[in-house]
This record gives sequence, C-alpha cells and structure tokens, in this order.
Amino acid sequence: MAQRAITISPRWPGVLAGALVLVLTLGTLAAVALRAELTTGLGTADWAAIRFTVVQAFLSALISVVLAIPVARALARRRFWGRQALITLLGAPFLLPVIVAVVGLIAVFGRNGILNSTLIWAGIEPISIYGFHGVILAHVFFNLPLAVRFILQGWLAIPAERFRLAASLNASIGRVLEIPMLRAVVPSTFLVIFLICLTSFAVALTLGRGPKSTTVELAIYQALRFDFDLGRAALLACIQFGLCAVAAVIAWRVTGVDAMGAGFDRTVTRWDMRRPFWDYLAIVLAALFLLIPLAMVVLRGLPGLLIMPSSVWLAAVRSVLVAIGSATLCCTMAIALGLLGGRVVAVVGVLPLAASGLVVGTGAFLIVYPFVSPSDVALVITMLVNATLALPFVLRAIGPAIVAVHDDFGRLGVSVGLTRWRWLRIVVLPRIRRPLGFGAGLSAALSMGDLGVIALFAGKAEETLPLAMHRLMGAYRMDAAAGAAVLLLGVSLLIFWICDHWGRGDVDL
Amino acid sequence: MLICEDLELRYDDFSLRADLRFPTGAITALIGPSGAGKSTLLAAIAGFLAPASGRVSWAGADITTLSPADRPISMLFQDNNLFPHLTIAQNVGLGLRAGLRLSASQMSQVEAVLESVGLEGMGTRKPAALSGGQQSRAALARVLLADRPLVLLDEPFAALGPSLKAEMLDLVKQRLADQGRTVIMVTHDPHDAKRIADAVAVVEDGVVTDPAPTAGLFDNPPPVLAAYLGM
Amino acid sequence: MQKPIYLPVVAGLALCATSTLAETPVLQVLTYDSFVSDWGPGPAIETAFEAECACDLEFVGSSDGAALLARIQLEGPRTEFDVVLGLDTNLTAAARETGLFAPHGVTADLDLPIAWDDADFLPFDWGYFAFVGNADAEAAVSLRNLAVSDLKIVIQDPRSSTPGLGLLMWVKEAHPDDAAAIWEALADNIVTVTPGWSEAYGMFLDGEADAVLSYTTSPAYHLIAEEDASKVAWPFEEGHYMQVEVAGKLASTDQPELADQFMAFIVSEGFQSIIPTTNWMYPAITPEAGLPDGFETLVTPAVSLLKSPEDAAAIRAEALEEWRNALSQ
Repeated sequence: MAQRAITISPRWPGVLAGALVLVLTLGTLAAVALRAELTTGLGTADWAAIRFTVVQAFLSALISVVLAIPVARALARRRFWGRQALITLLGAPFLLPVIVAVVGLIAVFGRNGILNSTLIWAGIEPISIYGFHGVILAHVFFNLPLAVRFILQGWLAIPAERFRLAASLNASIGRVLEIPMLRAVVPSTFLVIFLICLTSFAVALTLGRGPKSTTVELAIYQALRFDFDLGRAALLACIQFGLCAVAAVIAWRVTGVDAMGAGFDRTVTRWDMRRPFWDYLAIVLAALFLLIPLAMVVLRGLPGLLIMPSSVWLAAVRSVLVAIGSATLCCTMAIALGLLGGRVVAVVGVLPLAASGLVVGTGAFLIVYPFVSPSDVALVITMLVNATLALPFVLRAIGPAIVAVHDDFGRLGVSVGLTRWRWLRIVVLPRIRRPLGFGAGLSAALSMGDLGVIALFAGKAEETLPLAMHRLMGAYRMDAAAGAAVLLLGVSLLIFWICDHWGRGDVDL
Repeated sequence: MLICEDLELRYDDFSLRADLRFPTGAITALIGPSGAGKSTLLAAIAGFLAPASGRVSWAGADITTLSPADRPISMLFQDNNLFPHLTIAQNVGLGLRAGLRLSASQMSQVEAVLESVGLEGMGTRKPAALSGGQQSRAALARVLLADRPLVLLDEPFAALGPSLKAEMLDLVKQRLADQGRTVIMVTHDPHDAKRIADAVAVVEDGVVTDPAPTAGLFDNPPPVLAAYLGM
Repeated sequence: MQKPIYLPVVAGLALCATSTLAETPVLQVLTYDSFVSDWGPGPAIETAFEAECACDLEFVGSSDGAALLARIQLEGPRTEFDVVLGLDTNLTAAARETGLFAPHGVTADLDLPIAWDDADFLPFDWGYFAFVGNADAEAAVSLRNLAVSDLKIVIQDPRSSTPGLGLLMWVKEAHPDDAAAIWEALADNIVTVTPGWSEAYGMFLDGEADAVLSYTTSPAYHLIAEEDASKVAWPFEEGHYMQVEVAGKLASTDQPELADQFMAFIVSEGFQSIIPTTNWMYPAITPEAGLPDGFETLVTPAVSLLKSPEDAAAIRAEALEEWRNALSQ
C-alpha cells in the first residue's frame, strides 16, 4: 500500500537523544584521541587480543542463543505456578555486577565449588573452570538470561490470531510462525550478546587463566591506566567500533522481516502442547544453571548483611536514586529514538554496545574537566553514561513495539487527529507499556550494578553501592562485602521486578 | 462535490490516473479487481498518499496538501479501526475530540451514538471483548460522531459474514448517506454495490471511470466492468 | 603534550562558582580508593591533620595507584589537587617525567629497610609482597620451589594491578636471567590471574587456591581484626620485593604552604601511628609506641628487594613480554 511519510510525532527529541549518544560514544572517543600523540600501531600481542576477543564473543553469543531457544520456547508454551517469578529471577545474572556473579560461579564450578566437591565425593576427576571454556561459561551465564528474554518476547509477540489460524489450517506452527519469528529475533539477539562479550574485561581476565585470555578492553585498560598511552587506547577503541560495525552489518543482512502484524491482544491459546517433558526439562536445566550460583551468592552473603557498616545502606539509597534517574533518562531517549525510527537510529542504538566503558569514562572526564570538578558531577555523569550504555537493550525492547504501533495504528491515529504528544500519550505509551516496563527495569538494574564510570569520577561523598562493596573488599572486609553483594542483588532485582510488573499490569485488555 | 482533477498516483511501478467527480450526498462504490488501485485512490483522497500530479478539491476548496486530520473526511480501514487498549466509549469519543477527556455533554453524545448503532451499555468494554460485528458498529459510531461530510470506507466489513456485512451496509446507508453525507466505498463484490451504492466507478488498467448510476450500469455494463464481472 | 579544551565563558562561570566560598583553606589530596574508605586511614588522618592546620583536608579516592597517575596526567597542570598520595616506586619514574610534581622538601629519619633518597616523593608506608597461605598447610620456601611444586596460587595481572606488577618485578629482581623460565615453571601453579587484588584475595579465602599474592602484613589483619591466626605469609629464600607507597606535592598547588605542612605531617606521629591497623602496611617511621601487637609475628625477610624507579620503568615492557609469552603457551 502506498503511503506518504506522515509525521505523527515530533522529531527533535529523537535527534537530541541521538546527538547525546553520539557525544558519549564517538565524542568521548574523539576527546581521548584529540589528547593523544601519534600512535605507533599494533603489536602482535594486540592482534592476539583482537583474535581472542572475537572468537570468545562469537562462541559466547552462539551458545547463549542456541541454549536460549528451547528455554524461551518452553516458557512461552507452558503455564505453571511461579512462571512470572521464575522469568524475573532468570534475568538476574545479567543484572549483576561481574565481580558478584563471578563469585557465584566460582562457588559452583570452582576448584572448591559444589560441583567439584560432588565429583570428588563420587570419585570422578574434578574439572577446572579456569581457561577459555571458563570465559565462555561465564559469558553464557551472564547472557543466556538476555537471550531468553529477547527470544521469549518474540514468541509472545506472535498474535493469538496467528496461532488460531495455523491451528485451523493444520499448518506446522514451527514452519509457519516460529521459524520466521526466530529469523527476525535471533540475529539481533546474537549481535547484542556478541557485542557485550566483545567489550568484556573482568570476566575474561578472572576466569581466563591469564594473558592468553586478553581482550581488547583489557588492552585499552592497560593503555589508559599503566602506559597512559591515550593514542593506543583510542586506536583500540576504534578497532572495537570497527568489529561492532562488521558484526552489525552481518546481523542486519541475515535478519528476517518481522511481519507478524497486529492482533487484538488476546491471551495466546496453543494447540501444539504435546510432550511437556522436554519443555520442563529445558526450564529446569536453565533454572539450575542460572539460579544455583545466585543462591550461593545469597547464602555466602546473608551473614554479612548484619556486619555491614551503615554507610553501605546510604550508598544503596544513592545507587537507587542514580538508577531511577538513569532509567528515566534511558527510557526517554529510547522512546525519542524509537519514534524517530530509521536506519540511523538503528546504528545509534547499538553504538554504546561497542563503546569501551573505560574510553567513555575517560572521554567524559576530558570533556567535563575544563568546566567542573569531575567529582562534583560524578553522579550526574554516572547517570548519563549508564543511561547511554543501557540504551541498546531498552531500544531493542521498545523500538519494534513503537514501529508496530505506527504501522498498525498510524493511519487511524492521523485520521482521528491524534498526533504529536497526544499520539505519544494516548496511543504509543499505553501500547508499549510492557516492553517499556521491562526496559525501565533493565536500565535501572544495570545502573545499580555499574562500577566503571563512578570509579573514575567519585570522591568520598559519591559512594554508590557497588563502589562501597568494592571498598569493603579492598579493606579485607570480604564478609561485609558479600553482604553488600546480596543487598545489591536484592535491590537490583526488586527494582527490575517493580518496573517489569508495572509493564505487565494491563495484560487483560 | 469531491473532485479529482487530473490526479496521477504513482507507487513503485504502479500508476493510476483519476479524473472524476463524486456525487454529493450519495454512496459511490469503487469497484475493480484487487491490485487495481481502489485503496490507493482512497488513500490519496484521505491524504495518506501524495499525488504525483493533479489535485483533489472538496466544495470548491483545494485539499490536496492538507494533512489527513485537517480534511473533512472520516475513514474506516480494512482493519485496526479501534485502539485495542482504549474502551469502546474512548474509541468512539475520539470522533468528537482528539483526546480522552470528554465533558459530560460529550459523554452523553457518545452514549447516544452507541445506542443508535445497537451498542448500548458496551461503552466500558475493550474491543477484544466485542464480536466482529460489534467492533464494526463501534467504528461506525465514531464516524457518525465525527460529523465530517465525507466518509471513506476501505472494505471495513470484508471480514464479516454475509448477513452481518449486509446489516452493516444497511446501517451505512441509513445512518450516513440518508443523513446527507457523501460516502465512497471500496469493494470487489458487485452485490455490495448493488445493495447500497447510488453510483459505481470502475477502477481497472490504471484508469478510473466516471461514476455511473448503479442500476443502469449493472444492467448494461461497459466492457471493463463486464470483463470484471465475468460476463 | 597538553591540549586543553577551552570554552572561556563556561570555564569562567565554573571558576566563579568554586572560588566564592573560600574562607577556610582547602587542601585536596588525591589518593586510592581503599585509603579513603571508612576502614582505611583516611578518616582518622583527616581528623588528626585538621586539628592542627585550621584547614579543610579533602581526600578524593580514585580506584588504585595506577589510576591516580592516569588521572593527574588527564588533568595536567590545571589540576585542583595539591597532593597525590599512594603512588608506588613502579610509578614514580613516570610520575616524575610528567613534570607535574614539586620537591617535597621534607627530611625525615625513615625506618625503611633500604636507603631512601628521593627529592620528589616521600614514603608514607611500605610492605613486602608475599604469598599468603594457610598456617596448617604445605608452604613453598622460594619462588623456584613454588614453581616446581604442585601448590596452587592466585595472582593479579601486572597490566591492571599494582601487586601484579610487584610480582613481575620480584621475579625479575630475584632471577634476572631466569625470569622467563621461572614464569614458565609457575604457569601450572597459577589457578588464574585476576584484574585486581580484591578478587584474588577473595578467591583465596574461598579456598580456590593454596596461596594468594598479597603482603607479609596481610596476616596481621586476620590476627588483629578477626583474632584469626590461620593465615601466614610464606617466607622466600630469594628475599621479598618491596612496595614503597609515596606521596608527592603537585607543582601547581594553590595552597603551597598547606601542602608543605601536610607533607611534613605525613612523616609525623599523628599520621604514622594510624597506618598499621588501617592500611595494614608498615609505617614509614615506626610510631613511638612501636608497632601494634601482632605485627611481631609477621615474617621479616632477610633480603629486601627493590628496583630503583628508573630501573623499574626501564625494564617493565621487557618483563611484561616475558610474562606474557611464558603464560600464553
């Protein structure tokens, strides 16, 4: 159907949000590069780091996505008591600060972990988590939840009408509905996880058994912190962006068109529900893999909650405020960009994933330093940077929803005169409430766990919860730090749950 | 009177020429095979498609460049005529005002129009809780309330069964055409046209014929229509 | 080469905003994170110094020692900081090269096991790197012995952590011609390499390894703060590499007298007596009352190893390359 581009919503907020993202990603990189002297190029160690980074990111993304498909399918098909709570809990590893999650993984898979203790008890040779496979294991642990959520959303987005139609035609639901949906959802999910793993730093280092597992991000860290070689840091950051660009182009090429169309929001009833065993097996295995390490973090940390100094609670309050600010900003930016739409927005939307957190922090520092004392704006910058870094996930969640609203109801809206802010308030916001709640929760929780930016800017007064936890560890207070980790986990999950729950509040349309 | 003057529509390698006048206060059916451009012509009149050349005027005023909401037009689409997250009353109320807050008198107008289409007491329901026929009535109620002189119907009742569809067409005739509104409806079914249309324009081979009175046309169809009807 | 970005109007406004409330002079000290935490020396030192300076001492924490230097380099001569506290001798050569530091002008009778003669950087505490293990378990007696043993250790990455870099220097200083071979032999002992000290120490406490790279003073924390004598440092025959933590005055300080006063305070009783049980290191000058009970149980190495800042800087790239090659096989 022929259609002229109808402007339903104002363009400037999207342009503004896009500009902000560009400043914080490419602008910070430019700020670093401008301060640098001429670069000497890359050594063999750098090339080894690039190779390792790409290979581990590829495998991590591949395994995460492949494992996520049966889990998401099972969760989409089955209804059981506690299903929603389980879905929320399964998302937890992605929200955790690396350092906390690694502790949980080691408690399960480490030399002294429950898995090896069991193996030894059973007389079987223990396994080692450390090395290449450990890095992959940890990345899958972090990103499987994200993959499950994205793919599950894809399943839930297939309108009930289509299942009815497929059932009435006696067509294979897999071929008619599920495979096209996966072709639309899987490549972008793969891309997002690939990019997350591309900029991984602490996981690869802690579990990777040393320099073999050097990532580009670690090389950037070294260049910035130990060599103070801004040029090398900028060059490596450019390479990261380059890898991101290549990955993004490939992902777009293989992405199928998501042409599910609008339904009437009916609850999905399925007619293909035989063989529940395999579904429940997938759910149980995923739950064990994701939840036992979390349970270990909680078990180890509970006693520590009692011996935590009171300043930790204050830091928690501060973190919650930063998280709320960051989530508000992030969702506003994502909605603005989503309304703007188009290829440029798609590019802007993934840029932050390819950005090195360290370069963003350093660049932001260089940008604000001429005007204000960095510690005075630590919390604001943290909010801003966290909002930008979480933007790809939120945009990924609400962008397609906004496009769908536009495609399905744009003409109706225009013909009844709902444009600009009314269109946003009366049509778009209510219709994207579910992904918006998810996105708000995700960005808030990610901001809660962030340590990267604040560490560079913070003075004493701006202590956030992850920073407080880190300081406790640095002062030998491992038990109190474990308590702070539990608090962090609890508060992050709670914020996420509240937002996500709000998003689902209106399901019985 | 609605006039399409030397209108030329282009979309990819598809093109359609229209130079015709639609009788005021009557129902004109646009008939022709699918893909002929019936909906495209409607979209151009509604303002969703900018013509490559030519103009559209209503009551002597050029409306070619007006935005869809500023045209004296109400439109019903093939589907998605109701917002699923709004109640029936809210959906219908959009015909009065592009917002959700209605005054008490506007509320009673909404109730009255719902009653007139047989949906009394259903204002608080969401569209999904209504049958297909009831959803069509609700959409029609919004058009009634909008009180715009020109109504475009892009096969909104195509998904309904034959008797429901007939019922809706009769409602269109009673409530819209007989109240003096000008209706243009797209259809591929000659029975629809015969049932309520005063005039029929045939769309085929990139051209739109001038509307001709329905009765005479079907009795003695020109070659284009005869070919379409399989006569 | 510095290329500051100037936007004069905004910068001017920011300047006005900060300079209006300057009744009490403020001394800004940049230090590492754990120094300013509630459990570190920061709060007590702040109280002690403010009691005698009629000023406001402000500690700003910025992750670890290496980050301090990076931050000062980012800020350049326009920095608001007056003193930097927490660099070590692996960083002082690079720090000196920036030209941002001024001579400290303090003469003190330091209790370091080595001679100290540095006009720019003043030690405030020091310690020995050591592998810390469990008291009742098998222990290694030297780096070489550790390398041939089956003992498992966790170390830190020399590219992201100061203890990690310390071990690199330790191996190089103890076995100048054999460092690569030692690392190759150590490879199968290393459980993993962590980005920072905290992760490694936490893993050791969780039982992931027989020992962790830390300090000879680490057992003092467990003994004094937790009354737990189960952690010991392994004394090594080659001797132990030292970490000397230093403070430096920034040449651009707008409070030169106050900064001098603080530099002098660093080597005074008021500062030094706080260090042992807050930073868990040896004070640069032993307090009048001696070291706290429990410190006498610590390992005191027969040989103290330390490269000069210039040597450490010169050899770092080569040592890093050896380490990387040995552990990448």
